[in-house]
Amino acid sequence: MNAVVPAVQQPPCTLKGTVATLSVLHVAADDIDRIEQRLRHTMAQVPGFFDGAPLLLDLAAAPATLALPALVARLRACGFVPVAVRQVPTPLAGPAEEAGLPAWPERTGAAAATPVEAPAGEAVRSAATSRVLTDPVRSGQQVHAEGDLVCLKGSSPGSELLADGNIHVYGPLRGRALAGLRGAQEARIFCQSLEAELIAIAGCYLIAEDMPGALRGQPVQIRQHEQELIIEPLVTR
Amino acid sequence: MARIIVSTSGKGGVGKTTTSAAFGTGLALRGHKTVIVDFDVGLRNLDLVMGCERRVVYDFVEVIQEKVPVHQALIRDKRVENLSVLAASQTRDKDALTPEGVERVLTALAEQFDYIVCDSPAGIERGAQLAMYFADDALVVTNPEVSSVRDSDRILGLLESRTRRAERNEERVRQHLVIARYDPVRVEKGEMLAVDQIQEMLAVPLLGVIPESQAVLAASNAGTPVILQDSADAGRAYDDIVARYLGEERPMRFVTAERGLLRRLFGSRA
Repeated sequence: MNAVVPAVQQPPCTLKGTVATLSVLHVAADDIDRIEQRLRHTMAQVPGFFDGAPLLLDLAAAPATLALPALVARLRACGFVPVAVRQVPTPLAGPAEEAGLPAWPERTGAAAATPVEAPAGEAVRSAATSRVLTDPVRSGQQVHAEGDLVCLKGSSPGSELLADGNIHVYGPLRGRALAGLRGAQEARIFCQSLEAELIAIAGCYLIAEDMPGALRGQPVQIRQHEQELIIEPLVTR
Repeated sequence: MARIIVSTSGKGGVGKTTTSAAFGTGLALRGHKTVIVDFDVGLRNLDLVMGCERRVVYDFVEVIQEKVPVHQALIRDKRVENLSVLAASQTRDKDALTPEGVERVLTALAEQFDYIVCDSPAGIERGAQLAMYFADDALVVTNPEVSSVRDSDRILGLLESRTRRAERNEERVRQHLVIARYDPVRVEKGEMLAVDQIQEMLAVPLLGVIPESQAVLAASNAGTPVILQDSADAGRAYDDIVARYLGEERPMRFVTAERGLLRRLFGSRA
């Protein structure tokens, strides 16, 4: 009863807007060995996290003597995928082109009217960019807030809560929670019941196995102090 | 307006098809015109559970491809009035399902039925997503074990984001939790998750609990929806589920271990 019928035409491509996380590398020296050393140190703290990670090079503080193509090759060898450059000083414009990296479009028009960039390391705190989730976050769901992320019903194992600012969970936190995604070290995570698979603040992370057993299932806050995560019970009354 | 109900779970083997068959039959027994549609293209099973495997002429995929009108592919149940089955194709795969085709078939079915029960395949890929896409209600079938609960959690997330109702910002798909293969004795021994634990993890209203029962396997093999067996506890549990779905209040049964006479005499040895 089967016959060959022409396949239904699928569109060959679709163009959609998206918000993707991009790491930015601020280059402030021309010593490529030192840059690599520093990067490898960071990468060693989160093994595998940066594999194939797209990278935007910020050259605002880069010296004119920087051998950009060599740096790009070194970054690729480290596993990064450099995609573009921004704030390119004139002497480096040629090398950037040589390295095959386009200039990242600077914000214009309406976007520029919003506060351009928070000081480095400072989380965006505007209420407009925070998100409030009234439903439970299910396994496989990934939610990102540019400011604070407030989750009223808790999160399930296999879910990911991501925030550039703080994360508040008024229920059990059972998935992953990564606060201070863009490096805000003062970001914190609050939850009614700590049952997370992984928590991280500004790249400093802790897996379930390494969390203190006495605090599991307890209401806690998590903050970062000198590259260490501190989990403290939330004292209510 | 017909209501479209998807029976789904993520994980395989938890009782989706058993639930589709029993639930659809239960609706028809109460006088509602009901059709059960098998979305498991390539792994057709519903026809076996419904006992109509020898009467399949045309299937869902052929209707989607407009080779036959939908009424020609419908298989009327011989036992229950108002009940029909639309079988899946066994020789094709899920790619044969297209959103436009599924929508057209469901629209045609909605003209003649009150309820359309979509039996979802396992997984979260195309077949499962199309089975849930047009749904108004979802029966999320879960077994009392952690992997099944996690998969159901994933499905609940998809129901909230990858359905027509979600995309159109309409009233959300109504979610109902069905816990199948529940064994209160093993729950008491801590070998299985308890109802309240599952509810706490999934945060979805409970529609009913189906006890682990020999009758389910026997009924499947015999091609009889288990709800047609009054003597089977699983059948009675499905009857409760249909009644609750239609708005009737019924106390939850099969949640606690019943102390039989023998067990009371000799003590629990199980």
